[in-house]
Amino acid sequence: MNPNIDDYLDGNAAAGELSNIFAMDVTAAEGQCAHCGAIKRFAEAHVYMQGPGLVARCSVCQHALLRFVSARQRAFLDLRGMTCLILDTSQLQEC
Amino acid sequence: MWRVGTVVALQDETATARTITLEVSDWPGHVAGQHVDVRLTASDGYSAVRSYSIASAPNAEKRVELTVERLPNGEVSPYLTQEIAVSDCLELRGPIGGWFVWRAQQTEPIQLVAGGSGIVPLVAMIRSRTSTGSTAPFRLLYSVREPQAVFYREELQALSDHDRSMNLTYAYTRVAPKDWPRPPSRIDAALIANTTWPSKLVPTCYVCGPTSFVESASRLLTSSGNDPEKIRTERFGPTGERQ
Repeated sequence: MNPNIDDYLDGNAAAGELSNIFAMDVTAAEGQCAHCGAIKRFAEAHVYMQGPGLVARCSVCQHALLRFVSARQRAFLDLRGMTCLILDTSQLQEC
Repeated sequence: MWRVGTVVALQDETATARTITLEVSDWPGHVAGQHVDVRLTASDGYSAVRSYSIASAPNAEKRVELTVERLPNGEVSPYLTQEIAVSDCLELRGPIGGWFVWRAQQTEPIQLVAGGSGIVPLVAMIRSRTSTGSTAPFRLLYSVREPQAVFYREELQALSDHDRSMNLTYAYTRVAPKDWPRPPSRIDAALIANTTWPSKLVPTCYVCGPTSFVESASRLLTSSGNDPEKIRTERFGPTGERQ
């Protein structure tokens, strides 16, 4: 896949779909890219949603951080592009 | 989790944009800047989901306002801007997002940069500032195609007329009002330098609009000395739809 500058959205756009999986907000979570090591908020990831699922890519190196497909009562979540996802539990009450 | 909202009011903002006020009985409350997903389901079971920013400030009335821009070939926005009526129901998921938000505890200078309908989550921040009595200094740079395409014009004007710490700049990209000092053009380094907070004041910046607008505006803010860590962004798709 050759990402085109105007084809992507960002982690904010993926958050509704991912709220089916995560109990906490993912946009404020920090993720570390397994490829370049950059630690960025998930809101900043470049998100591609035109396909059957969604792919979030590192905003620094474009490596795939997360793939998510939901089909036939099953959700497939591939997180191997992230070495760590750090969620902010202080906002549990608020969001 | 999907909630059901009932339409209680409709108001046209421009020839192509409309604000829908929903009452959501189990609404848990929201923070300025958050969005919702709206799901429409056809009689044959086909469904489409789109994200829309919340325009209203957090409130106790379980009310949520969405301003929706009609897109020429949109699947959902023509229905929301032309067909929906008071007392109709909509399915909503949210509120969504904890990063692109402004909270009343924030006292630092705030720089808002809107491209077109990217104004919607930013007006929620402005309204939240007013409703909480915050005195955080706000500046808004609002890039818009032409004067007729401006959302919330009178409200924004009244706020900036009566409050010295709420500053408003329009940047028209296609058609400017007569005698407007700046010819129609996209935002550029000079406009950023002249109208946004000096970076030495360390403002938190919120940039919302189409992807290409957000890329260029955040690059200009970074070039003028703002720390990328202080710039929060939210992108719409090239057509204005987020999915």
